Amino acid sequence: MSIEGMYQEVILDHHRNPVGKGLREPFAAQAHHINTSCGDELTVRVALDAAGESITDISWDGQGCAISMASMSILAESATAGSVAAERELHAKFLELMHGRGEVSADPALGEAVAFGGVAQFPARVKCALLGWMAAADALDQATSQR
Amino acid sequence: MTVAWTAQGIREDFPILGRTMRSGAPLVYLDSAATSQKPLQVLHAERDFYERHNAAAHRGSHQLAEEATEAFEVARSTIAAFVGAAASQTVFTRSATDSLNMVAHAFAAATMLHARGREQDSRFVLGEGDSIVVTEAEHHANLVPWQELAAKTGAELRWVGVDPDGRIRTEDLASLVDARTKVISCAHVSNVLGGTLDIAAFAAAARAVGALFILDACQSVPHLPVRLPDTGADLAVFSAHKMLGPTGLGVLWGRDEVLAAMPVVDTGGSMISHVTMQESTYLPAPAKFEPGVPSMAQAVGTAAAADYLTSLGMPSVHAHVSALAARAADALAQLPGVRVQAAPDAPPVSAVSFTVDGVHPHDIGQVLDDDGIAVRVGHHCAWPLMRALGVPATVRASFSVYNTESEVDALLVSVERARRFFT
Repeated sequence: MSIEGMYQEVILDHHRNPVGKGLREPFAAQAHHINTSCGDELTVRVALDAAGESITDISWDGQGCAISMASMSILAESATAGSVAAERELHAKFLELMHGRGEVSADPALGEAVAFGGVAQFPARVKCALLGWMAAADALDQATSQR
Repeated sequence: MTVAWTAQGIREDFPILGRTMRSGAPLVYLDSAATSQKPLQVLHAERDFYERHNAAAHRGSHQLAEEATEAFEVARSTIAAFVGAAASQTVFTRSATDSLNMVAHAFAAATMLHARGREQDSRFVLGEGDSIVVTEAEHHANLVPWQELAAKTGAELRWVGVDPDGRIRTEDLASLVDARTKVISCAHVSNVLGGTLDIAAFAAAARAVGALFILDACQSVPHLPVRLPDTGADLAVFSAHKMLGPTGLGVLWGRDEVLAAMPVVDTGGSMISHVTMQESTYLPAPAKFEPGVPSMAQAVGTAAAADYLTSLGMPSVHAHVSALAARAADALAQLPGVRVQAAPDAPPVSAVSFTVDGVHPHDIGQVLDDDGIAVRVGHHCAWPLMRALGVPATVRASFSVYNTESEVDALLVSVERARRFFT
């Protein structure tokens, strides 16, 4: 795995121009997650529609490496305006990819997030890619359980 | 200082340095501040102990037990002499972290026993109104145990601050330390900033008020000629695995009368002098702090590491390692966008921390890893220091006896590659 294979262009693009960055109102719930091994941190807010079935906004802020920032950005782009159920499905597929040590082929449904397949080969960096996804799942769980 | 040996000449003693990494690049190991590599002499000493002398030291009277005891105690004497100390002052622990926790727990134990009417040395008894003084630059191992001790006893934790440029505000001691200060604890050499602290000032502040001065010597003992009894410390800790020795062994050094006054923490076999069902009395130090069958092979391996360093000569080890660190710090500071995170008045002993504008340390580390270069990235177990410096994390390159100037140059090329890749 070359460095270019790990940091694919789509990852670098999202790192340089992150989607959804900056915390916004209104939101149904938020979660703050820290990668304790490196100190990177992210706050993620989710807003739902009146029925609680669709995600109307994901906003976030934080500091971290290109992997964690790009991964958060791709999630924000792909999950916003989607259904809660679809996001949870996507989340499960992403977890499977990231825990696959590079031996799991990415589900095309993941969209741009397939680019993290290379990162999955580096156990020390898997947490970076998952930081925003875990925070978003946490916020989503809170938002839906409040209803 | 003339270095009578070259890193090139001793690299053959460290087989791991011959490795090729997953990208195909040869290993450039610049993470010795986290843990050093081990020479064959250390590996052979451990193996020889297990192959020829292994038995439980200080137990039994058969020949092997005698030999194991002899090997273990000779190792203690060697390691003690390496830091200018006596064997009776040199306690083996599981790690330097364990040593620091043991000391903090001893204060808590003395405080509890005192509250129950048992006579204790008042220096170890803490309560409300007393204070513990550390620095904002400490490794978590020399911070969190004191936070816990403060919470248990009601003492107040205070700290010497660090300026955003990495300067340790030693002058703060004047306002922080008072007659109720019981503990002052600091690193000898910072594991992040890389420079030496003005430990004479910390020792003097402690002495002036009768506080115990505790020194974290983890990053100094591997690279500097250190005579612990001359540092002004009452207690000091260091770890074997950072000084070319094996993992699993730490040292707690103490002045004789301080170790005598310090209550036991862990108890059990081989640390007692007399036991009845009601109570026990304990052996003098170091035995009173070493319950259980000790880490014999690790001690023997660490003694071999001390011998190895002694044969190189600690003054020339210092000259070699600090020259590499200075070369790295000076050249990194010249690279565009690179900031060396070090106190301006404290040149690096071994470790050089830096950041690159606009690029996260993890991403720098990944490119360096791709070039076979092993550095540490992150907060280096010094999270409060990161906040004081105003950075989320740093990249840290740290050097040892086996590193070369060409490895420093490889680091510089790779850092520049990383900066170009991400910006």
